[in-house]
Amino acid sequence: MKSPRIFVPNDATAVACGADRVARKLEAGLLARGITADITRNGSRGLFWLEPLIEVETERGRVGYGPVKPSDVEDLLHAGILHGADHPLCVGVVEEIPYLKKQTRLTFARIGIIDPLSLTDYKAHGGYRGLERAITLGPAATVEEVVESGLRGRGGAGFPTGIKWRTVAATPADQRYIVCNADEGDSGTFADRLIMEADPFCLIEGMTIAGLAVGATKGYVYSRSEYPLAFVVMEKAIEKAREAGLLGDNILGSGLTFDMEMRMGAGAYVCGEETALLESLEGKRGLVRAKPPLPAHKGLFQKPTVINNLVSLATVPGILDKGGKYYRDFGMGRSRGTMPIQIAGNIKFGGLFETAFGIPLGELVYDIGGGTASGRPVKAVQAGGPLGAYLPTHQFDTPFDYEAFTAKDALIGHGGLVVFDDTADLADMAKFAMEFCAHESCGKCTPCRIGSTRGVETIDKVIAGEKREQNLALLTDLCHTMKLGSLCALGGFTPYPVLSALNHFPEDFGVAPKLPAAAE
Amino acid sequence: MAVYEDWSTERAAQVISENRHLEGATMPILHALQETFGFVPDPAVPMIAESLNLSRAEVYGVLTFYHDFRREAPGRHVVKLCAAEACQSVGGKALAQYAEEKLGVDMGSTSPDGRVTLEPIYCLGLCACAPSALVDGQLVGRLDRDAIDEIADCFANGKSFGDA
Repeated sequence: MKSPRIFVPNDATAVACGADRVARKLEAGLLARGITADITRNGSRGLFWLEPLIEVETERGRVGYGPVKPSDVEDLLHAGILHGADHPLCVGVVEEIPYLKKQTRLTFARIGIIDPLSLTDYKAHGGYRGLERAITLGPAATVEEVVESGLRGRGGAGFPTGIKWRTVAATPADQRYIVCNADEGDSGTFADRLIMEADPFCLIEGMTIAGLAVGATKGYVYSRSEYPLAFVVMEKAIEKAREAGLLGDNILGSGLTFDMEMRMGAGAYVCGEETALLESLEGKRGLVRAKPPLPAHKGLFQKPTVINNLVSLATVPGILDKGGKYYRDFGMGRSRGTMPIQIAGNIKFGGLFETAFGIPLGELVYDIGGGTASGRPVKAVQAGGPLGAYLPTHQFDTPFDYEAFTAKDALIGHGGLVVFDDTADLADMAKFAMEFCAHESCGKCTPCRIGSTRGVETIDKVIAGEKREQNLALLTDLCHTMKLGSLCALGGFTPYPVLSALNHFPEDFGVAPKLPAAAE
Repeated sequence: MAVYEDWSTERAAQVISENRHLEGATMPILHALQETFGFVPDPAVPMIAESLNLSRAEVYGVLTFYHDFRREAPGRHVVKLCAAEACQSVGGKALAQYAEEKLGVDMGSTSPDGRVTLEPIYCLGLCACAPSALVDGQLVGRLDRDAIDEIADCFANGKSFGDA
């Protein structure tokens, strides 16, 4: 009999919920039964409420059990999970779980399916077909394929990736760089982390294609100290790619040279801003640079630099493999392709949901996410991280799309959604937004450095009921100044959570809600 | 529980020379020193400056800009509690208060006996199994009062928490 194949996830979420202990229990349990089984650590499917989610290969497909506690393992083995037996923790064939089945997994097609550090697995699931095609197409046509796809920066700014590449390729230089922004600091986001931990070769391939396209031979991934596992997995993957001749000189016998390195940030949120990130990579304080010059002209060490969000780069291999047109056929309006939406916070079914642009916010929160974990009514969703707006339930018909969110004074950012129930105090959250900005401000521009601290003080006065009307007027004015006068999105976007909280939940600030116009 | 080496100029010089060839070597060097000694002792600053041909002020500026770098030794145990929005949405603030009481230390400080350092951290990316924490380098999700009790008990009995 073939030895059964079992999968135990090892992404940070699974590990934080005890997956390593589960794996050890499983090994011990199998040993005690004299069974030889192949235990693969498989990243994660991104269905986090089920983690740790054990999967067993059967004739029906991969059958899942979760969330498994170490103390459940004996019982599961006893029930006969090696044959896909039924059990209260059984979730059936994993591919058939509606949460997964409803998704369109293009960028995240391989996560949780493969062993993250197996190049054989990666290639068996379509890996390196994109690079092979890029080599055949040549640099210029590769850039045009990305332009054609309509891919926009997945970090939040939404700038067309192909246009950025075209600019870098056209800027004369003796050295160009590819920099991957993996400084995923937004609360409610984990897409970058998941790629690094569950499909690292996808990022390596994406960066190699970018290097080929613009004529860069060196790449850096700037990640975070808060992502210790991701860093380790990436370093191992880079080493394996080098050994296999997929990084270094003469990649795939094409004459292409490209190599890359991991770098770790040190707890500064502002380094997720691209120019602060470049300063940090150069070994300096993470101070934001004034633009222009754009990084595409003068980036890392003043050389033309492609600096892209990790998800953008990880989407490129698929685009090159299947063609730009295939990718752009998903989505709506000017938001083409798919977006990994990260559903988090006070939510029943938290996880990663990759889908074409256009899905309404309410569907994500209620139908997919199952409402709050606490079972209480949803009060608001903060979309796009600490600089994103709080959306009240009456805006839940907003489609997930760059422009539709902008029209509501909100942003999709990096695709994170943090759900709050009715116990949340939005005046507190508004104050936190200002506190966070004060804590993380790089200090270069005045509106952000001083405005954030004055913002905290002013919100405190409003909450205390001290000259409430005047202080609210002052706060609104301050937000206006920060929005227009800040050098980067940290100071410039902090007004989004503050003003949205104030506009939609004035009662939390001790202000009577505005009566609807029709009541006059 | 991390065990660090005692400060030694020779060891620091070795760590610096192992990393100085990198482009933009300041951050990798600071990380490596902190990994070795648990913090970046003041005498390291002029050594880095000389090695990288920078001014001491420049190195000091980098060292003090980033929240992660320490200029003093941390406690024997380090607990970082996520304080970002997703963790707040599921009661992170109340849990942080409970941790302060249980561990006998204020957020952002080290207990007088040097046993434990408690700090906020802004997002471990475990937002779908919040609240979360990093306890002596180990990720912990679905954190609750019971888990904090267990952590406090381990520390009080001189044991490591969880898998470590």
